[in-house]
Amino acid sequence: MDLSSISPTLLLASLMVAATPILLAALGELVVERSGVLNLGVEGMMITGAICGFAVAVETGSPVLGFAAAAVGGAALSLLFALLTQVALANHVASGLALTLFGLGLSALLGQGYVGIKPPPTDKLDIPLLGDMPFLGPVVFSHDLMVYVGLALVVAVWWMLNHSRAGLVLRAVGENHDAAHALGFKVVRVRIMAIMFGGACAGLGGAYISLIRVPQWTEGMTAGAGWIALALVVFASWKAGRVLLGAYLFGGITVLQLNLQAAGVDIPVEYLSMSPYVITILVLVIMSADRSRAPASLGRTFHASS
Amino acid sequence: MSAVLLSISGLTKAYPGVVANSNVSFDIEEGQVHALLGENGAGKSTLVKMIYGLVKPDSGKMMLRGSVYTPSEPRAARAAGVAMVFQHFSLFEALNVAENIALGMENPPRMRDLATRIREVSETYGLPLDPYRTVGDLSAGERQRVEIIRCLLQDPKLLIMDEPTSVLTPQEVEILFQTLRKLTSEGVAILYISHKLEEIRTLCDHATILRLGKNVGSCVPAETTARDMAELMVGSAFEAPARAGRALGDVALDVTGLSLPAPNEFGTSLRNIHFTVQQGEILGIGGVAGNGQDELLGALSGEILSDAGAIVLKGQPIGRLGPVARRALGLLAAPEERLGHAAAPDMSLTENALLTGAQRENLMSRGFLKWAETESFAKRIIEAFDVRTPGPENAARSLSGGNLQKFVIGREVLQRPEVLVVNQPTWGVDAAAAAAIRQALLDLAAKGTAVICISQDLDELMEISDRFCAVNEGRLSDIKPTQGLSVDEIGLMMGGAHGMEVSHA
Amino acid sequence: MMLKLEKRAQPSLLWTYLTPLVAVICTMIAGGALFAVLGKNPGEAIATIFWQPLFGEFAFYYRPQLLIKGAPLVLIAIGLSLGFRAGIWNIGAEGQYIIGALTGAGVGLAFYPAEAWYIFPLMVMAGALGGWAWAMIPAVLRTRFGTNEILVSLMLVYVAEQLLAKMALGLLRNPEGHGFPGSRNFQQYPSGHNAEIITGSGMHWGVVAALIAVIFSYILLNRHILGYHIRLTGQAPRAAKFAGVNPTQLILFCLGTSGALAGLAGMFEVSGPAGQINIDFNVGYGFTAIIVAFLGRLHPVGILLAGLLMALTYIGGEIAQSNLGLPAAAIQMFQGMLLFFLLAIDVLTNFRIRRTKREAV
Repeated sequence: MDLSSISPTLLLASLMVAATPILLAALGELVVERSGVLNLGVEGMMITGAICGFAVAVETGSPVLGFAAAAVGGAALSLLFALLTQVALANHVASGLALTLFGLGLSALLGQGYVGIKPPPTDKLDIPLLGDMPFLGPVVFSHDLMVYVGLALVVAVWWMLNHSRAGLVLRAVGENHDAAHALGFKVVRVRIMAIMFGGACAGLGGAYISLIRVPQWTEGMTAGAGWIALALVVFASWKAGRVLLGAYLFGGITVLQLNLQAAGVDIPVEYLSMSPYVITILVLVIMSADRSRAPASLGRTFHASS
Repeated sequence: MSAVLLSISGLTKAYPGVVANSNVSFDIEEGQVHALLGENGAGKSTLVKMIYGLVKPDSGKMMLRGSVYTPSEPRAARAAGVAMVFQHFSLFEALNVAENIALGMENPPRMRDLATRIREVSETYGLPLDPYRTVGDLSAGERQRVEIIRCLLQDPKLLIMDEPTSVLTPQEVEILFQTLRKLTSEGVAILYISHKLEEIRTLCDHATILRLGKNVGSCVPAETTARDMAELMVGSAFEAPARAGRALGDVALDVTGLSLPAPNEFGTSLRNIHFTVQQGEILGIGGVAGNGQDELLGALSGEILSDAGAIVLKGQPIGRLGPVARRALGLLAAPEERLGHAAAPDMSLTENALLTGAQRENLMSRGFLKWAETESFAKRIIEAFDVRTPGPENAARSLSGGNLQKFVIGREVLQRPEVLVVNQPTWGVDAAAAAAIRQALLDLAAKGTAVICISQDLDELMEISDRFCAVNEGRLSDIKPTQGLSVDEIGLMMGGAHGMEVSHA
Repeated sequence: MMLKLEKRAQPSLLWTYLTPLVAVICTMIAGGALFAVLGKNPGEAIATIFWQPLFGEFAFYYRPQLLIKGAPLVLIAIGLSLGFRAGIWNIGAEGQYIIGALTGAGVGLAFYPAEAWYIFPLMVMAGALGGWAWAMIPAVLRTRFGTNEILVSLMLVYVAEQLLAKMALGLLRNPEGHGFPGSRNFQQYPSGHNAEIITGSGMHWGVVAALIAVIFSYILLNRHILGYHIRLTGQAPRAAKFAGVNPTQLILFCLGTSGALAGLAGMFEVSGPAGQINIDFNVGYGFTAIIVAFLGRLHPVGILLAGLLMALTYIGGEIAQSNLGLPAAAIQMFQGMLLFFLLAIDVLTNFRIRRTKREAV
């Protein structure tokens, strides 16, 4: 065992990378849940985004196009969920599970020709001055663009929810869809848009895994990241700022256990590998004492009777 | 005579199987309080939804200040100067007052400016309200103020109010009327929907009466007797429930120092509640909605457990017993919410009969269900209480409100309870069914059952209860004999005007 | 003109039965389109999946497979359906299935090489107990702390998979396996072997257990107060509380039962068709069973039929894979599609579609 081989600078830098996929997916799901919809299909949308992004990036040679395709792919898949829950009024839980199962199958099918290929590399931003700072430079200021997109999205979602008209309407729909309908807001339209935003974010998160974090394509490579993103929303009590905190916490645990594996710590690999999931459960238990902040209409089906 | 503001002619709206409005016409003048009078199900709600743009009429037309008015959605109605205060408030509990109000406005100002304007309007009209309080923490009367201020901020020409007084104490009603009169003096017209005849006579200049979707007459309320209006509204006179003189027996239920924390964030905690009910007595518990009625029913039915000695049934402490054990001992209950609490909407009437009847009607043996016996129990309820349904195999949700309520009350009454607790037994029920339900409660008491009737309908409580008290913020007032109680006394028992004394002193 | 949904006063009995059939037909059409896109003859692909296993040339080999693949699906889905009906979402059956296999196999291997009649029954009990215990984790966390059982049960699948890997490489590894991962094979250990009851029929003890579960579940749901309470809780939770249902006990019962049945399924699988504990022991039955439960409309008999149908798509998918070169993932997607169509068409049970004039909705 050689713990000294773990460098704190590298650890913190890779923490930000590890946190980005679940941060993106959880932010999307946060918006979806604030509109009163529970989409358990995050895992399916992530993996679909992962393969869409990977395939397009490989074919075009452009990671940027890849990420765009991932967002479109995730949003397109989420549209299926939107049709089921908002138009056909199906149960949210069952539809979300269907989405995940379908997404896993779809991605495996799409990804057949892409196993073992390396995607085009995504450039790291070379921020002058800031990137040269000792410690903070490599930790905070020398990542790829998507890390900063994720951070910007936290601010954007926070601002949208709390300081914009659109956010107020979204929260109103999530709190009491009947009252929102009575005031003349288009509940179904608001929710479909939220669902598609969530799908796009999950797609981006998935593509981040396949294009940057791993980077290659294997079946089922998201390995529960979508579920952890769902747990993160609960952990964050439906607040954007706390999603960031949670994502870094989980990212930190993931990176730490990988580093410990690499350092050859005297704990079986399997136990280290299961640690993020076990810790997720523990955090969920601790956070579940505080249930009051869930949107009141979460998971309820809306049908305008009048 | 002032100018006509809104002219309605020949409005018709049909839903599959039911014509909600048929050829309804009337005019509303500027500065007028116009009453829309009718029973539950007479088509009042559909009519105002058409005026507010929530529902589109099949035929007929509306003219607003001389030009054609066809609101495609509430937004258009609001833009045209039509505002509405809903019966079930369309508010968002987790949001604060200012956010709620902003949602009802087309172009809300910045939050800080909006808060200032809310304070201004609330002072002008004597409706005190803090813009930054969370709506979930407000009383029913305060919530109504939020709705009214939301409407007033848009300078409406026509204000629609759907049953506004059902959630207010008599004192609060008086304050509301003052506000409304101030508005009409400024030229605002008010369309006032109600089935309470006395308040219409006090407040309204003109009344249009609906029955079964049709306009069956109009009158000047101040010059018409309540009895005449009632006949127009109902079509025929109903027998007032007969009340036989009865002797009271021993104490059946004794509640002592019942205190419970609020079951959820926006619930009410019960504080040190004391009362007793005797056999053959009906105890009426009044109070404005959301003051602990649901929690009190839950504590009595066994859904919420309390200290063992806090509730004593015929000498036996039952505070720690659940609903099944309490039913076995003879304490039955019928909650307010029919669909989803008293009955399961998607289950058949037979299955719903089993819901509370399993123990006392002996509908199972060693856990195995006797469906044949259950079905005949359901049939007995349907027959004894004149529940209109093709048969017990129909889903609860297919019944009208009145019929389902008769089924729910009948299910408990037929089980010969020692003590029966009901909450809002005639809420949203047509007059005929309401009369039948009240009669059933009176008959039950005459046979020696102790009845606790929790209701927000004061007329109902005055009609059937022997003694009266009110819940206010989870506390129970003193209990007084019903006979000889004045409206002022009742109002004070209900807590007076919540937080209003300052502005109207 | 536009279409509008209108709530029915009564759930439609016709559509209750018709929905799964229409969903299967829609899936065949959409699946055919998918296969066409993949460059396969859609008619041939559909026939390969649905016809070959039953009536094709090698049907004598595939028909028993139907029972072998269907039994774990039905067993797990029956357990899940109880919870789903009560609004309790155990979606971690895959994990309980793994743990049941581990405990069942563990007990069996502990006796190796002793031969005795009681070893197999003990393994059955251990398997059920293992699955039950794994499901009790989300159950207890839910009842004690209000933790979301969906997320916890799912996280435990990943934990169980790691445990499986650890066991296959460690404690349960075959000491005579030349260092390869995986346990001893139960097919070479008669006392612990879940052998076919009638040779060549595919009928092993797991099939028997599945049939018993179907019958018990039918009686429970239709004839017993507990089943009534399960249905009541799912449809109207407040009414259930009013009726006197104890939500804590109900959650423990539903999650515990589904865990035990999933554990049993894992145990019968490891001691029979699979033969041994290995890293890739689980193949997703726990997740497919969710589709089976919904496709069977959460009704015991429906689940039995749906389980067989889903087993058919597994077998047919394998044939299509080897004969037509259809990718394995296609069949997984095919199954997901089936659940989609089912959920979408299910709206007709409670709503009817009307054509209305355009109106602000």
